[in-house]
Amino acid sequence: MLFGEHVKRFSSRSVPKLKRDQAKVPSGIWQECPHCHAGFYFKKAGQYRVCPECGYGFRVTARRRLKMLTKHFDEWDSDLETRNPTEFPDYQRKIKKAQSATHLKDGVLTGKALIDDYPVALGIMDPLFIMGSLGTANGERLTRLFEKATEQQLPVIVLTASGGARMQEGIYSLMQMAKISQAVNDHGKAGLAYISVIMDPTTGGVTASFASQADVTLAEPKALYGFTGKRVIEQTINKQLPNDFQSVENGYQRGLIDEIVPREQLAQRLSQLLSILEAKKWGEMT
Amino acid sequence: MTDTQAVIAGARSDRKANVYAMIDQLFTDFFELHGDQIASDDPAIVAGLAKLADRPIAVIATQKGNNLEDRMATHFGSPEPAGYRKSLRVMRLAEKLNFPIITLVNTPGAYPGADAEAAGQGQMIAKNISEMLKLRVPILTLIVGEAGSGGALALACSDQIWMLENSMYSVLSPEGFASIMWKDAHLADKAAELMRLTPDWLLKQHAIHRIIPERMLTDGSLKTALTSAIGELCQQDSATRLAKRAAFFRKF
Ligand SMILES: [Zn+2]
Repeated sequence: MLFGEHVKRFSSRSVPKLKRDQAKVPSGIWQECPHCHAGFYFKKAGQYRVCPECGYGFRVTARRRLKMLTKHFDEWDSDLETRNPTEFPDYQRKIKKAQSATHLKDGVLTGKALIDDYPVALGIMDPLFIMGSLGTANGERLTRLFEKATEQQLPVIVLTASGGARMQEGIYSLMQMAKISQAVNDHGKAGLAYISVIMDPTTGGVTASFASQADVTLAEPKALYGFTGKRVIEQTINKQLPNDFQSVENGYQRGLIDEIVPREQLAQRLSQLLSILEAKKWGEMT
Repeated sequence: MTDTQAVIAGARSDRKANVYAMIDQLFTDFFELHGDQIASDDPAIVAGLAKLADRPIAVIATQKGNNLEDRMATHFGSPEPAGYRKSLRVMRLAEKLNFPIITLVNTPGAYPGADAEAAGQGQMIAKNISEMLKLRVPILTLIVGEAGSGGALALACSDQIWMLENSMYSVLSPEGFASIMWKDAHLADKAAELMRLTPDWLLKQHAIHRIIPERMLTDGSLKTALTSAIGELCQQDSATRLAKRAAFFRKF
């Protein structure tokens, strides 16, 4: 999927504004929610960066999202970086810019984390790194997340946000879907649990692979979760689609999402689920 | 009222209509999973992960509902194909995580709707029966109220099948039976007597393993009984369990 298309979910008026908001904004600035279009002062979104009107969770960097979830984190594979396999022109400059905006080498943060007292392998995609698009470097990092989790017998939690495949990496990007999927399979064969958390936006090749392969699928309120971009579908079928098309609320109704969890409650909800997953099994002696 | 009619009245009691209350009584930390991960979330099947006596367990149940709105949504506890897909999905998760499974059954049968039929109702039940018979984890079924036809069996291909004192298990509902046999659903009472759907008769046929007195629901002893039964099943290796499960159905 062309990641640019997914941005168009928001009215053309709000897109440049949204992009501006995602950059470093001085506190106190007036902000508009891209979901419900309510206007409010930046600070009113609070530490969790949530729209005070509708509960939409703003797109934030993976490092910032991590701080909202846990304080205990050992980072893995932080040095993985794309080698520009298709020799795409001007790509390295784009990468450098994304790196300085997100403090990541590519669009995912991975490592071992504690949720309450439960150790987990945690991945958080960064929607601000070239729209969280899936390339060789973040694809490799996610693959190693599952591989290490299998070795260390840890459950995996991945917070997904992605415009889909990274166009600049061509077929290498497409292959990440299969590469990560087989690591998910091996992790599953070891009897370990995988929880995905759908953030805004989760689309294209990420939806069509690991985001939709979890045992339990949670989602942030009002996040977009779909495969084909809304505009592409509209042009194909020659019909306007409703605004909540591909919302996770819609996905919940259609049986795709287990639970929609507000950002500020995610750590607690994950901990409750982990308490079951990590409970002492029946065969084990007390 | 005959004995059979009394059992049916008890099986269909409003007291048993809300399975969430029963889940709360028997389990802790219930984490409900929604949807079939394909197309729909059927409220007639309630499924998720929980703890029984602090040990992990998967729970799959049919739900009728306490009010008219819920009962319309669940078709009075009659699952649609999406409900059976949800059930299968959670059973497979239990298999993967090595969690035992407890199913709580209270359904007149699978929903007899045109859309359900078109979406492969029969095929989904077939698949669930087949998959359930292969699951390596222990499975215990408690028939709480009604258990009618393939729609109930799709949740009851288990190692242990228990029935509450006032519950019924039959090839289809008495109304359906009367309608097929005599083209008159009003002859349900007459049908019920002939159908032999009461727990005591079924136990004599070895079609179930155990009858649970209703009081065990309220005095806490059902929870204890479930815990020790699951514990015992877990002591056996999976090959033994599967052989016993197969022999149970082979004898009919
Ligand atoms: Zn809003």
